[in-house]
Amino acid sequence: MTKNKSISQGIDYPVIWLYASLVAIGILCIFMVEYREGVNVFSSFIGGKTNYSKQLFFAGFCVLVATFILLTDSKLFTAFANLMYVFGLLLMLATFVIGKNINGSKSWIPLAGGFNLQPAELCKIFTALALAKFLSRQEIDFSKLKYQLIGGAITLAPAVLSILQHELGLALVYTSFLIAMYREGLPAQILIIGSSFGALVIASLIIEPNTLLIALSVIAVFMIYIARRQAKRNKGVITIIFIAWLISAGTQRFVIPYIFNNVLECYQSTRIYSMVGKDYNCSENVKSMKKQQTGNEKAPRKPDDYNVRQSKIAIGSGGFTGKGFLKGTQTRGKYVPEQHTDFIFTSLGEAFGFLGCFFFLILYIALLFRIVRIAERQRSTFSRVYAYSVVSIFFFHIAVNVSMTIGLFPIVGIPLPLISYGGSSLLTFTILIFILLRLDADRQMVLR
Amino acid sequence: MSVFNQSRGRVIQIIIGAVFIVMTAQLINLQIFSSQYKLAAENNAIYRKIIYPDRGIIFDRKKRALLENTISFDLVVTPAESKGTDTATLCAILGIDTSEYKKRMLDAIFKNTRVRPSIFEPLLTPDLYAKLTENMYKFPGFVLSERSVRTYPFNTAAQLLGYIAEVDTAYLRKNKHLGYEMGDYAGMSGLEKTYESVLMGQRGIKRFIRDNKSRIQGPYENGIFDTIPVAGRNLYTSIDVEVQQLAEQLLQNKIGSAVAINPQTGGIISMVSSPTYNPNVLTGNARRKNWGRMVMDTAKPMYNRAIKGQYPPGSTFKPLGALVALDQGLITSDYGIGCSGGYGACGGVYVRCEHGNAGHAANLRLALANSCNSYFSDVFRKALDNKKWGNPNQGYLKWKEYMNAFGLGRRLEVDLPSEDKANIPDTSVYNRFFGGARRWNSCSVLTLGIGQDKMTATPLQMANLMCIIANKGYYYPPHFVDSIESESTADTVLMNKYRTKHTVTNISDRDYQAVNDGMHDVTVYGTASHIKIPGVEYCAKTGTAQNPHGKNHSLFVAFAPKDNPRIAVAVVVENGGYGSVAAGPIAGLIIEKFLNDTLSTAGKATAERITKMDLVPQAIKNWYTRKDAERAARLAKLALEEAAEKEEAEPNREAPKNNTEAILEQGSKPVGNKKDSTEKYKIKAALLISESKKKKMEGRRQ
Repeated sequence: MTKNKSISQGIDYPVIWLYASLVAIGILCIFMVEYREGVNVFSSFIGGKTNYSKQLFFAGFCVLVATFILLTDSKLFTAFANLMYVFGLLLMLATFVIGKNINGSKSWIPLAGGFNLQPAELCKIFTALALAKFLSRQEIDFSKLKYQLIGGAITLAPAVLSILQHELGLALVYTSFLIAMYREGLPAQILIIGSSFGALVIASLIIEPNTLLIALSVIAVFMIYIARRQAKRNKGVITIIFIAWLISAGTQRFVIPYIFNNVLECYQSTRIYSMVGKDYNCSENVKSMKKQQTGNEKAPRKPDDYNVRQSKIAIGSGGFTGKGFLKGTQTRGKYVPEQHTDFIFTSLGEAFGFLGCFFFLILYIALLFRIVRIAERQRSTFSRVYAYSVVSIFFFHIAVNVSMTIGLFPIVGIPLPLISYGGSSLLTFTILIFILLRLDADRQMVLR
Repeated sequence: MSVFNQSRGRVIQIIIGAVFIVMTAQLINLQIFSSQYKLAAENNAIYRKIIYPDRGIIFDRKKRALLENTISFDLVVTPAESKGTDTATLCAILGIDTSEYKKRMLDAIFKNTRVRPSIFEPLLTPDLYAKLTENMYKFPGFVLSERSVRTYPFNTAAQLLGYIAEVDTAYLRKNKHLGYEMGDYAGMSGLEKTYESVLMGQRGIKRFIRDNKSRIQGPYENGIFDTIPVAGRNLYTSIDVEVQQLAEQLLQNKIGSAVAINPQTGGIISMVSSPTYNPNVLTGNARRKNWGRMVMDTAKPMYNRAIKGQYPPGSTFKPLGALVALDQGLITSDYGIGCSGGYGACGGVYVRCEHGNAGHAANLRLALANSCNSYFSDVFRKALDNKKWGNPNQGYLKWKEYMNAFGLGRRLEVDLPSEDKANIPDTSVYNRFFGGARRWNSCSVLTLGIGQDKMTATPLQMANLMCIIANKGYYYPPHFVDSIESESTADTVLMNKYRTKHTVTNISDRDYQAVNDGMHDVTVYGTASHIKIPGVEYCAKTGTAQNPHGKNHSLFVAFAPKDNPRIAVAVVVENGGYGSVAAGPIAGLIIEKFLNDTLSTAGKATAERITKMDLVPQAIKNWYTRKDAERAARLAKLALEEAAEKEEAEPNREAPKNNTEAILEQGSKPVGNKKDSTEKYKIKAALLISESKKKKMEGRRQ
């Protein structure tokens, strides 16, 4: 009893409840996808062959891990943060040697009992811890460029490894640490410039190059008109505006086509183009042409937005109140590919409609805001940075995953936290949350 | 430390909130304001299966079913599941080889994809079905699926009932609004076509959920949106199946047609066109073959001569000629002429009459009884030269009007598709023929008065004409269907056409009586006096139409009994000679069968004699002989080729002297398990020999 008390001491229960309900919803969603009429649910459940029974097993395992984490000492995480980070990187490197190829990416390490571990998933935790450890060092002043670069390097190292494993989605997740770093003093300009770049990319996809150039020029002239007073005092303003105009024009004219044709793979370009409703011509893509020449790959297929279309149909057909539990025709017909993993949100959208989706998103918001609040009440920088890292990772996953199922974002293979089928992903998010809870329980301590 | 940048926590929360608001907005857009996704989802996942109702049954006047529905089986295959099928056994049962099997499989995949079932062998024979059911366990992916097909227990009335067949793209395009789909069956001719909407019933739709590979997952919403099929409604016709069978039997070995109508209702009792065919040959799996054979047949067994055959009515027209003059008041029934064996008033045209004795045309009754050509030529000229109309041209137009009123030269709108209107030529035809409106007069077209020249009529029109005379001036449009089961208002509108009485003339009953009496005299002492119907007094008119292509056509029209007639008949036998020789007895027997329900002993003897009478023209017989010979030659050639193949397969064998011998040798040599094939060779070899003999004989003849 006393032991129990010591575990539960200072634990933030709202987060636990949110966590538990999300995991439960996840298993329910997987059940909806797997369910077949006429099949004896109980026997197939006991048989453990179905994904939902496996997921339930993972959840049980996660409870064990969570309990274990809550039983440990917070100091453990600060002490081992760097070591674990190095360990994580080594694991990722190890996949290049003993990796197992699943779905085209050699990023899995086979474990006993038919389970596979994806080190890149676990590396998110280690990176979060390492970043927290680094930023909590007393001599760090994060407003200095040197430390910003080191912080960036810490987060980018696993991202680079992920790209090498052809897991673009996982690599993108590491950019979410920008949010945590922003909280710790990263200049807002970086975020602003970053989002402006994003806006520019989308604009250059949608709008004709020449029209966009004219639009940019108009904006530049308008800016000069507004800033004419300051310009009298300081000629530099006009120079800055002019340079910005030059850069954006150059970007939309040369950089973006270069990125799409030379940096990205054909299918990636296609996905991004299909998001704005356009076709990408793969014959312009250097990589696909190279592959074609070497004969390794089939001729470029006609670009197809089948996944997004089906996903939108499934969610859209749910209507306001949805078709009801287990009554989704699209879900039962397996029209949406990868529905139990990356597109799990579609089964929810179809079965429970807008009301269900809205309630579901509210749960997520509640969880994120709760963690932000937890972060802000920490005394130690380590805990706060870690908490913000957790928020960033969750937020990125949720935003990207949901946006791609409703056609707001190109398809990137990242799971919906706590909902999507998959042991590695569930375990990662569980550990992320419970380390946070452990740290929060000791929020009076100053951890370094 | 934690005080630094604390406002940024708020900023992060705002960013999170903003992103969630964007996502919610898109959800609202997708789920609440975009209806196309619901439609797309239904198109994706809901499979509508059409449940076919039973087609309506067609009954005769005594409620005997002329056709019924029965179950036939199709062998259906789902290519994706057919792995592990015992191909050899299946091919052996179906009598095909493996290349044919592969071809059909590829066809099936091409048509309906790998995962959906398609028909492998349609309409299995009972024998084949039995063999297959025994072995079905060897053929995974194959199933026997049932289908409703027609069967004809009386083997009769093929051309009337018509046939059903799978709709083609042209049919679909034409009947777009009726909702047919590929693979549906629809009536393609006869009553099946005319009453398609009644017989078809209402198809039910069952909705199923299907998955991304179009596999059925189960009923949609437990079937609450399903509609139940409504069976097609039955048709009750005026056909008498026994009369129909008798008429078909009597017209065997002849080319011609017979129509019997009940004048009191217009209901058609029997309609035969010979040669005809057994309707059951168009239902089984040999349907396509039989159909092709019949379409190519020079005697046109699928051609309904009763409504499409055009014959000069000849003397059977005479009663009508009299009626026209009577109605215009040009003659009375007492009008008579003196005829001494011909009509010469026109100078250039001389119409011969069969009789020369004095007084044979002293009045209308006598003229009809003796079928006096002179009398009716005279009457015809009176009609055309009637002063009232000004000139012969106008007179002709008036006369044509009469013809149309009596149902000649126009469609009677019988409830069969593609009825012909035959021909009562327009004045323009004669203007062209004679080179101007003033270049011809009543003399130029004199033989129209005795039913020759350019006028033609279908047997149905002739029978209908008899109805008018029997009814003394009115008729109901001839039709088959008396009533429709649970008749709807739409049906009543359709049927009212046949329930409307059409009054044709204003001729007094006395004048009609004169015509009827004359026609009665025909059967008493006139041209049909030797045709007797036990216990029935009847009226008739024979006709012998001149046929420029060969022997005269034999025509006969009649109605019976004399008073209060219940049946009117028209019979045409092509190349049958005099009307009383071939057509007369047939009409008599039809009337006897209908009125007496059975044939007398004498009647049976006549029926046998007539049935055996062979009047098929030699040209058609020659055509059949040639066709048979060609088929035999083809078979022999095939046999030779197969033999050659066998030789190649067995190079060690001695080279035989000639191919025929080789076949005979192979035929005589038992090859163990290949007993069947050797038998086949024997037959083919025999055919080959007979063929060569025939050729030799032909050579000699030449």
